[in-house]
Amino acid sequence: MIVFLIRRTFQSVVVLLIMSLLVFVGVYTIGNPVDILISPEATQQEHEAAVKALGLDRPMWEQYRVFLTNALHGNLGDSFVFNEPALKLILQRMPATLELAFGAMFIAVIFGIPLGMVAGIKHHSWIGRAIMSGSILGFSLPTFWVGLMLIMLFAVIFGWLPASGRGETVLLFGIPVSFLTVDGLSHLILPAINLGLFKLSLTIRLTRAGTQENMQLDYVKFARAKGLSNTRVIGVHVLKNILIPVVTVLGLELGNVIAFAVVTETVFAWPGMGKLIIDSIDVLDRPVIVAYLLITVTMFIIINFTVDVLYSILDPRVRLGDVKS
Amino acid sequence: MTPAAVSSTSSLSTLAVENLRTHFFTKAGVVKAVDDVSFSVGTGEILGLVGESGCGKSITGFSILGLVDPPGKVVDGKILFHGLDLVDLPEEERRRLRGSRIAMIFQDPMMTLNPVLRIDTQMIEAILAHEKIDRALARKRARDALEQVGIASPDERLRAYPHQFSGGMRQRVAIAIAMLNKPDLIIADEPTTALDVTIQAQILFEAQKLCRETGTALIWITHDLTVVAGLADRIAVMYAGRIVEQGQLGDVLDHPLHPYTRGLIGSVPSRNRRGSHLYQIPGMTPALLNLPTGCAFRERCDFADDACLDQPEITEPVPGRPVRCFHHFAGEKA
Repeated sequence: MIVFLIRRTFQSVVVLLIMSLLVFVGVYTIGNPVDILISPEATQQEHEAAVKALGLDRPMWEQYRVFLTNALHGNLGDSFVFNEPALKLILQRMPATLELAFGAMFIAVIFGIPLGMVAGIKHHSWIGRAIMSGSILGFSLPTFWVGLMLIMLFAVIFGWLPASGRGETVLLFGIPVSFLTVDGLSHLILPAINLGLFKLSLTIRLTRAGTQENMQLDYVKFARAKGLSNTRVIGVHVLKNILIPVVTVLGLELGNVIAFAVVTETVFAWPGMGKLIIDSIDVLDRPVIVAYLLITVTMFIIINFTVDVLYSILDPRVRLGDVKS
Repeated sequence: MTPAAVSSTSSLSTLAVENLRTHFFTKAGVVKAVDDVSFSVGTGEILGLVGESGCGKSITGFSILGLVDPPGKVVDGKILFHGLDLVDLPEEERRRLRGSRIAMIFQDPMMTLNPVLRIDTQMIEAILAHEKIDRALARKRARDALEQVGIASPDERLRAYPHQFSGGMRQRVAIAIAMLNKPDLIIADEPTTALDVTIQAQILFEAQKLCRETGTALIWITHDLTVVAGLADRIAVMYAGRIVEQGQLGDVLDHPLHPYTRGLIGSVPSRNRRGSHLYQIPGMTPALLNLPTGCAFRERCDFADDACLDQPEITEPVPGRPVRCFHHFAGEKA
């Protein structure tokens, strides 16, 4: 376990380093932010002053070196637009996105696993088929359209739930969260469903495939031959086995949901990181883009690590010392 | 319907199966996996159920336990367990019998234990499914059961996962689980097929010993005559969903009455016939979906004639030796 931890940490640092270089070079080539930032009527002197102030007159490798040195001190640069540290800007908006992402995953797991198991066990009956047909819709309908339809139905026609914003928040360990207030929760429901729908379909499909496969195996028959009730055979024996692939995939999907909640955040005007990155890309706010991508990579590394640990808890045949990659 | 050959003994038997038919209703047609099968097994008795792969042996076992999955269904016959017919019993009552009064051991020990649950979990749940007792007590019984089947340091092994055991050890665990609730009947479905010969011998010895000690009736399903020869009291030979012959072990092996049985015995390598070609039964096992009319063995049989176009009924040319053949060898000297 300790060997695993040390190796994993070392790998993570290498990945971050490579990633920062790629991102930096990528962002450097996409255009000059100064053209967008300063007014068109500015004089040549003003233009050069702005370039100099942002450090854009120096060669790229020099800029990268400065960036790395600052990054090692926890400073990912100041936003060109807001004149505030990019890291701070992102971290301010992160709780909103995290809350939305966890809400979406919660919906996917809470409904997806039971529905998938029912579909797997009763795969010949109408209920199994109905669940599978529903999951195809969840896969194929575009997120922005589903979001608009949800707003139309529940906010405009029925008027049950609010259409935008985060609602009232309270502080939990110093972090503002919505789901603990009634108003906040009502704001969270629609975007969480919107973002979670695709993952819900994915969970249903994964669970169904696993259930169907496992129900055929001898250990299920042996468990039944022991005289166990169906509830125990399915709820303990089968469930523990299908959780292994489900956790792996959903873990990776969690990263995706956090990093790419952009569409849902835009449709529901959810004040998260996704909206910030879209705005920053619009104005070529380099430090924010770079910081956002690095934070995303870090998040993926942390999530992957957590999945590996969870995996070893779920599957006794996996011991972390043995993981070679 | 044919009269059950063994019905006279059913009241004394632990289990009496009478005219059992288990059919599978597939899209391609009805597969008669078990078709008019009758046999019985008494207290402490070991019955060897012998036949080639796909002849319906395992389905017979699953029918007794009530674990035939759709599209399969027991369509006719009786399964009398201590005189109680299991066929019409509600599912909940059958569940209560499973694992407590009737237990089963499966073929592949690598597959029968749940890979993600510890041995103690899998053993204790088998006890608690049938009795409301203290967990600690159940644990102690699980421990003792492991010790009984010859597993060293059972306390430690209880906390292990299945992948930490070898194949032979896993099969011992499966046997221990089957023995946990001291059942009256154990159905062993080729439990030694996947094991090394040396381990096989150990398991056979253990199984025999346990049955003798506890008076448990045992149905040993196998395709291997040599296994049965060293183990069973009586054997029943199955072919294409039907029992073609049964009797006391020595009688059947020394004087087989059915051509199929004779073929099976002939195809076992023997020291007495060293150097000569090993006998093979000609042809292949017929597909159950597409059986020849009349006797299913007809097309592979040296003795078949026009009479065999009709399905032979069970006769008892020698007392205690039911056989399903027009041309049985009862008159011959072997």
